[in-house]
Amino acid sequence: MISKDSDIILSVKNLTATVEETPILKGLNLEIKAGEIHAIMGPNGSGKSTFSKILAGHPDYEVTGGEVIFQGQNLLELETQERALAGIFLAFQYPIEIPGVSNLDFLRVAYNSHRKHKGLEELDTFDFEDLVEERLDVVKMDASFLNRSVNEGFSGGEKKRNEILQMALLEPSLAILDETDSGLDIDALKIVANGVNQLAKPENATLMITHYQRLLNYVVPDFVHVMYDGKILQSGGKELALKLEDRGYDWAIEEHEAALV
Amino acid sequence: MSTQFATQERVSYLTQLLNLRSPANSDFSEIRDRAAVWLQELAIPTTRDEDWRFTDLSSLLDIQFQAPPKVEISPETIAEFVLPETAQSHLVFVNGKYASTLSNLEALPEGVFVGNIAQLSAQKRDRLGEYLAQQPGNEEVFTTLNTASLSDVAIVWAAKNKAIETPIQLLFVAATGDAPTLVQPRCLVVAEAHSSLTLIEQYTSTTAGCPDAKGDRVYFTNSVAELWVADNAQIEHVRMQRDAGNAFHIGKTAVTQSRDSRYTCHAIGFGSKLSRHNLDVFQAGEGTQTTLNGLTLISGQQVADTHSTIALNCPNGTANQLHKCIIDGSAHGIFDGRVCVPKAAQLTNASQLNRNLLLSPKARVNTKPQLEIVADNVKCAHGATVSQLEEDEVFYLQSRGLDRQASEHLLVDAFGAEILQQIPVSSIGKILSQCVSCRTYLT
Repeated sequence: MISKDSDIILSVKNLTATVEETPILKGLNLEIKAGEIHAIMGPNGSGKSTFSKILAGHPDYEVTGGEVIFQGQNLLELETQERALAGIFLAFQYPIEIPGVSNLDFLRVAYNSHRKHKGLEELDTFDFEDLVEERLDVVKMDASFLNRSVNEGFSGGEKKRNEILQMALLEPSLAILDETDSGLDIDALKIVANGVNQLAKPENATLMITHYQRLLNYVVPDFVHVMYDGKILQSGGKELALKLEDRGYDWAIEEHEAALV
Repeated sequence: MSTQFATQERVSYLTQLLNLRSPANSDFSEIRDRAAVWLQELAIPTTRDEDWRFTDLSSLLDIQFQAPPKVEISPETIAEFVLPETAQSHLVFVNGKYASTLSNLEALPEGVFVGNIAQLSAQKRDRLGEYLAQQPGNEEVFTTLNTASLSDVAIVWAAKNKAIETPIQLLFVAATGDAPTLVQPRCLVVAEAHSSLTLIEQYTSTTAGCPDAKGDRVYFTNSVAELWVADNAQIEHVRMQRDAGNAFHIGKTAVTQSRDSRYTCHAIGFGSKLSRHNLDVFQAGEGTQTTLNGLTLISGQQVADTHSTIALNCPNGTANQLHKCIIDGSAHGIFDGRVCVPKAAQLTNASQLNRNLLLSPKARVNTKPQLEIVADNVKCAHGATVSQLEEDEVFYLQSRGLDRQASEHLLVDAFGAEILQQIPVSSIGKILSQCVSCRTYLT
């Protein structure tokens, strides 16, 4: 949903970053306003997953230049958990399994860390259970998931649904979905996409990182960006995704390189 | 020459320890004498002994131990160690001696005897010779020292066909004065055919409320527990060791299992200056099931060593072992586990895994899982892992709003939880899981 006077949620200017001294991001620019859904598409190795991890504060990447302003704050100065508490949520491409910690306990600890940050009283086990059971419906999850260890033995689809459940509980201002669609069958994809659509509100924003156009049939983006070699080559509306699907990334890359000559 | 001198020193040191024993009681004079003769041939092991390669007892030799003083301790002192489930089913030994005023056995059902040797019926006393100091492996040096010094024994004896639901707690408390003290607790557990029981064997000290607080008292606990699991009987055994900071703890658990019996050990060690658990299980009948779960939690300069042997001697036995160590600071963990599958033990199903979590760059572990298989129709697996907290796991939790310390705590707790969640007495799991994160971040 595009609205001209919406607040800017995320503003990325000329961002450069390296991993073990290899440049990955080479001057990335992006602006996301409240109410918008953005998709970054690109071939493997274009740096799109790196970008999502840098936004969330992964320690393996070093930002070497540029700026990232998130709701008026300099995001790059914040620790990982401070970014989470400020309203950034990254749905992982490969959610981590934590044997020995029940999903319910994990969700409650995460939820309460946000409550505490907002100066609200933490929810006890019983109140939290009521809340989480209500949110389970967003991703059509069975309550039995709550008593299992975090992601342990979950199928690919269950792990991704569990990510969206966390998102439903934490209500971020910016949700970043890193390859959330990869590895999902069509039924799981529909459930996940339906969850994302339910959670998209005028006051928040969604950034989807994806290799495939398929997801965008179910979560329709307002903006599509093509990423290649650490930069955004082209931006457009949802029709850009269809063009990419049709003609492949090579077309966008060639067009970009031709423009440089 | 110097080696010989060192050996001489280690022989005479052992004799000094033996000389601390209290005068013979007629019940035990024969057993004690036999062990005392063996002891003349033995010495405190050195790191040249394969079984003690990584655990150096030299620091023990510098200390002149004394016999434990007579101490009266108040019920309040031990109240914190008594579990809600065993409020009326706990037996307390202070410095190896039965403390009747601290014990409470009111909730014990019919069909089980819990008490010290003096309270044992004449009938059972006649059968004591079949069990006391009769386990294989008795000739091991510290077991021999304990046997040669026998003066009191905690006894749990379940009668045939009796399923004892109430958990039974044996609490061995070291209450020592300023002088270094040698304490030698002993216990004997007999589960007769088709009986079942849950036992909590606990070693601790009165030095401080939380035994993790730095204790300056020096004592040496040398314990021996003998368990007999008769045909089709079952024992769930929780062994908890939490000693003061400067203590030495060497403990033996010897278990003999008869046909179709089930034995599960949950061995939880919080370490001391130097701690060693020797855990020996002998499967003496067909279709026997053995499960050994263990968790060692150490930090600072602690050394904690677990040596286990499961000897499968008959067909259709199963053995499952999972031992975990969480090691922080400059602490040093040792795991040496043998699973022996001789020719007779066909159709054995055995697995053994030792997993270690190192929380600091100076923490270290030596691990040696061993399968010795002669039988040819068996299913056996073993392995060991050594890891640190995964940065990606910490990042995942931080990205959900937990700070770094809370994330690490959660992951350490989760590592220990696999063992703690299986403990059949629920309060123990709760108490210990609180200790896991508390403990590992003390240093």
